[in-house]
Amino acid sequence: MLATTQSKPAQTGEPLAPVAAFDAFEKDGARRFPAWVGELRRAGISRFATLGFPTPRMEDWKYTNITPIAQLPFKPAVNPSPAALAAVDAARFAFAGLGGSRLVFVNGHFAPQLSVITKLPGVKLGSLAATIGSDADLVKQHLGRYASATDHAFRALNAAFFADGAFIFVPKDVTVEEPVHLLFIGGVGEDGAAAHPRNLIVAEAGSRLKVVESCVSAGGGPGLTNAVTEIAVGEGANVEHCKFQDESLNAFHVATIQSSLARGSRFASHSISVGARIARHDVNTLMIGEGVECVLNGLYIASGSQLVDHHMIVDHAQPRCASHEFFHGILGGASRGVFNGKIFVRPGAQQTDAKQTNRNLLLTDEATVDTKPQLEIFADDVKCTHGATVGRLDEDAIFYLRSRGIGHSAARRMLTQAFASNILARIGIEPVRKQLDEFLQNRLDAEIRAVEG
Amino acid sequence: MSDSDKTIEQFVESEYKYGFTTDVETDTAPPGLSEDIIRLISQKKNEPEFMLEWRLKAYRHWLTMEEPAWPNVHYPPIDYQSIVYYAAPKAGKPGPKSLADVDPAIVEMYRKLGISLQEQERLAGVAVDAIMDSVSVGTTLKGQLAEKGIIFCSFTEAVHEHPDLVRKWLGSVVPHTDNYFAALNAAVFSDGSFCYIPKGVRCPVELSTYFRINAINTGQFERTLIVAEDGAYVSYLEGCTAPMRDENQLHAAVVELVALDNAQIKYSTVQNWYPGDKDGKGGIYNFVTKRGKCAGVNSKISWTQVETGSAITWKYPSCILLGDNSIGEFYSVALTNNCQQADTGTKMIHIGKNTRSTIVSKGISAGRGNNSYRGLVKVLKGATNARNFSQCDSLLIGDKCGAHTFPYIEVHNKTSTVEHEASTSKVGEDQIFYLNQRGLSTQDAVSMIVNGFSREVFKQLPMEFAVEAQKLLGVSLEGSVG
Repeated sequence: MLATTQSKPAQTGEPLAPVAAFDAFEKDGARRFPAWVGELRRAGISRFATLGFPTPRMEDWKYTNITPIAQLPFKPAVNPSPAALAAVDAARFAFAGLGGSRLVFVNGHFAPQLSVITKLPGVKLGSLAATIGSDADLVKQHLGRYASATDHAFRALNAAFFADGAFIFVPKDVTVEEPVHLLFIGGVGEDGAAAHPRNLIVAEAGSRLKVVESCVSAGGGPGLTNAVTEIAVGEGANVEHCKFQDESLNAFHVATIQSSLARGSRFASHSISVGARIARHDVNTLMIGEGVECVLNGLYIASGSQLVDHHMIVDHAQPRCASHEFFHGILGGASRGVFNGKIFVRPGAQQTDAKQTNRNLLLTDEATVDTKPQLEIFADDVKCTHGATVGRLDEDAIFYLRSRGIGHSAARRMLTQAFASNILARIGIEPVRKQLDEFLQNRLDAEIRAVEG
Repeated sequence: MSDSDKTIEQFVESEYKYGFTTDVETDTAPPGLSEDIIRLISQKKNEPEFMLEWRLKAYRHWLTMEEPAWPNVHYPPIDYQSIVYYAAPKAGKPGPKSLADVDPAIVEMYRKLGISLQEQERLAGVAVDAIMDSVSVGTTLKGQLAEKGIIFCSFTEAVHEHPDLVRKWLGSVVPHTDNYFAALNAAVFSDGSFCYIPKGVRCPVELSTYFRINAINTGQFERTLIVAEDGAYVSYLEGCTAPMRDENQLHAAVVELVALDNAQIKYSTVQNWYPGDKDGKGGIYNFVTKRGKCAGVNSKISWTQVETGSAITWKYPSCILLGDNSIGEFYSVALTNNCQQADTGTKMIHIGKNTRSTIVSKGISAGRGNNSYRGLVKVLKGATNARNFSQCDSLLIGDKCGAHTFPYIEVHNKTSTVEHEASTSKVGEDQIFYLNQRGLSTQDAVSMIVNGFSREVFKQLPMEFAVEAQKLLGVSLEGSVG
C-alpha cells in the first residue's frame, strides 16, 4: 500500500477541523438561508464526519494523497471587503472577444460590482444564494439532486459549507447565444482559507447554452477551492461546458462536475487543468434518457511537484447513448498525472457506443503517470473501447520533421504542442479556444525549455 | 427470439462432463485448522524441521490477515474451520514408485479424463506428475529426465531428496506473507510439483501436472516451484478438473517460477474445475497466486491460461521483470457461463532496463457470468526503455452477463512506452448469419466465432493443450440447436 495518512474517519479522537467549524458556520448561515438548506448542510457535515478525509487506502484516492489539504487550518473563505474587491483585477482573467454575461466570484462569494449580466427573456442568471431567497422552489427542485454527497467526502463538505455560486436557468427552447463566463477568483486576503463554490445549471428541454468556468488565483498563498457544479440537461437540449483551472501553485483545487442528461440531449465538457499544487477533478455523467450524445475532453499539463487527477464516471444507464472521452496529459518536472475513466454500461443499456482514450506524455524521468481506464459492462449489444498510452514523443515523427530541416528541439516543441492542440481543437467556443491555445503553447514552450536545459 | 438467443439459452443448459467421482479410500485429517493440524500434515509427510517451522510461521501470519474483499466477485463467507486440510488416497505407502502401484480406479479416472498415463508416457512423450487430492500419485518419465539432471518430482519428494534446493527457493517469489490465500497455502499445502532445470539444459519434453479434487469437503492446496538455472528452458503444462458436488470447494494454490540468466519458462494452464450447476450451486473457488521472477538478464517467463471452469476464479499470474532485457508474457482466455465469476489478469512489474511485456487477455461472458480483467503494468524509474503492450478484449453472449476491465498503469520514467487497448463486442447476428448461409449450424457458428476470438491465445499453447482447450470451449458453450 501507499503511504498512510493521519486523517482517519472521525470516530476516534477529536473531531476533524471542518466538523468543529460547522456549528459556528451554520449558526451564521441560518440567518441568511431557509431551513431546507440547513438540512442539506447538516446531512453533508454528518456524512463528512462519517467519511473523514479520503486516504490513499481508498480505491478512488489510491494515487492522490490529500494530506496537505487535510492539514490546512479549516476556515471558510471570507467575503472580501469592498476595498479588497476594488483591488481585484477581474479583467485580466477574462477571455478577449467573449461577449455575454460574466459572473465573478471572489473567495466563493458573488461580486456583483465585478460582474456583467446581460438580461435575456426567461433566462435566470445570477448568484445561487440570492436565487435561493428569490426563487426557492426552482432551486429546491434541483439543488443537491444530481451530485451525491454520500460517497465523496469533498462533495459532502461542499454541501455543508457552500456560501454561493452561479445559478443559470434556461427555459424550454431558449437559446443563449453568447457563452456565459463564470469566473472564480481565489486567494484574496487570508491564506489557507477554503472556498466551496456551488453552481447549478439547468437547461430545459430544447434549450442551448454554453458556459465557461474558470478558476484562478489572485494571490499566491495556499488555500482550497472545493467546487461542485451540477448540470441538468433537459430533453433535446444542447449544453457545452468548458472549465479552465489555473490556480496558484500553492493552492488546492477539488471539484466535481456532475451532469444529468435527458433523452436526446447533447453535452460537451472540456476540462483544462494546468494550475494548483493538487488538482482533483471528478467529472461524472449520468444518462437518464435514451439517445444522449456526450463528449468529454480533458487536457492536463503539470510540472514541478504538481499533481493533477481526473476521475470520470460515465454512466450509461439508458440504451442508445454515445459517449466519447479524450484526455491528454503532458507531465514535466516531478509532477504526477492520475486518470481514472470509468464507463458503466447498465443492464439493458443496449446499443451503447462508448469510447475512452487517455494519452500521456512524460517529459522527465521524475514525472509519473497512473492511469486506469476502466470498463464495467452489463449489456451485450454494445460497442465499448478504451485505450491508454504512456510514453514519449514518436521518434519517427521527430525524424520526419528533422529530415525536413526542422531542428530537434523545434520538432519536439511542435509535436508536443500538437498533442495539446488535439484536445483544445474540440472546444466549440472560439474565443476561449484561441486564447487557451496561445496561453498553453507558451506554457509548453517553457516546459520544454526547462527539460532541455 | 432469434437463433442466436436460442443458442444462448442452450449454453446455460450445457453440463459438466468431468463430474464423476472416484471411489478411492482416502486418508483424511479431521476438518479444521490449527497448529496441531499443521503439525499433523507435516508429520504425515515426514517433513524436516525447517518445513514445519515455515508452515507455522505462515499460519501465525495468516491469523493476523483479513480475507481480501476487493476482487469483483461475490460469495458467501468461507468457513475455514470446516475444511479438511489433508486428504490422501490410501494406497498402502504414500508416494508410489511406478504406475503399477497406482490404484486402478485412479488410472481409470484419468482414462475418462483422456489423459491415460500409459498413453501419455509411451506415445505423447509427456511426463505427467498427477496430483489427486493433494498427494502425487504417479510420476512418469522420471528416469529419462534424471539423465539430463532435471529434477521433476512431487513436492514431498523434493523436500526429502533435495532439501537444500527447496530451502533456497521456496517462498522466494511468493513469500509466506504475500497475501491471505498464499499464507494459507504456505501453512497447509499438502503437495505439488517441484521442477529444477540445471544450467544450460533444455528440457526435452513438455512437463505436465494434472490436478484433480476428488474427496468431498477437501480443499486443495498445492504448491508448484519451478527453477530454471542459467540458460535452461522448460515448458510446463497444468490441467485441472474436479467432480460435481453441491458444496463449494476451496482451491488455494501457489505457483512460483524463477528464471535465471538467459533462462526461459513457459507455463500453460487449462483450468476446468467444476463450475457449479446452472443456478450457481457448488463449484470450486479457485483462489490462486501465481508469480514468476525473471531474476536473470535476458530471461523470459510466459504464462498462458485457458480458464473455463471454477465457480469463482481469482488469479493473477504475474511477472517480476528484474533482470535487464527480461521478457514477461501473459496470454489468457477466460470463459464464464451460468453463474461463474472470474477476476483474473496479470501484473507486470518492470524493474530492469529494456524489459518488455505483452498482455493479451480474452474474456468471454455468457449466461449470468461475470468476467473481470484486472491488470497492473508498473514501470519503475530504473526500468529505462521498458515496453508494454496490453490488449484485453471482451466478448458478451447474452444480455445478463457482465464484462469488466480494471487496468492499472503506473509509469515512472520518460523513456518507457506503455500501451493499453481494450474492446468489448458481442457475437454479431451478421456473423452468425454469414456462417449459417455457408451451411454451419448456429451452434457451430458461435463456437467458431468464439474460437476465432480466442485464437491469439490458443496458438501460444502447446499442441496437445490447444486441441483440448478448443474442445473445452466448445463443451462449455454447448447445447443442441433446435
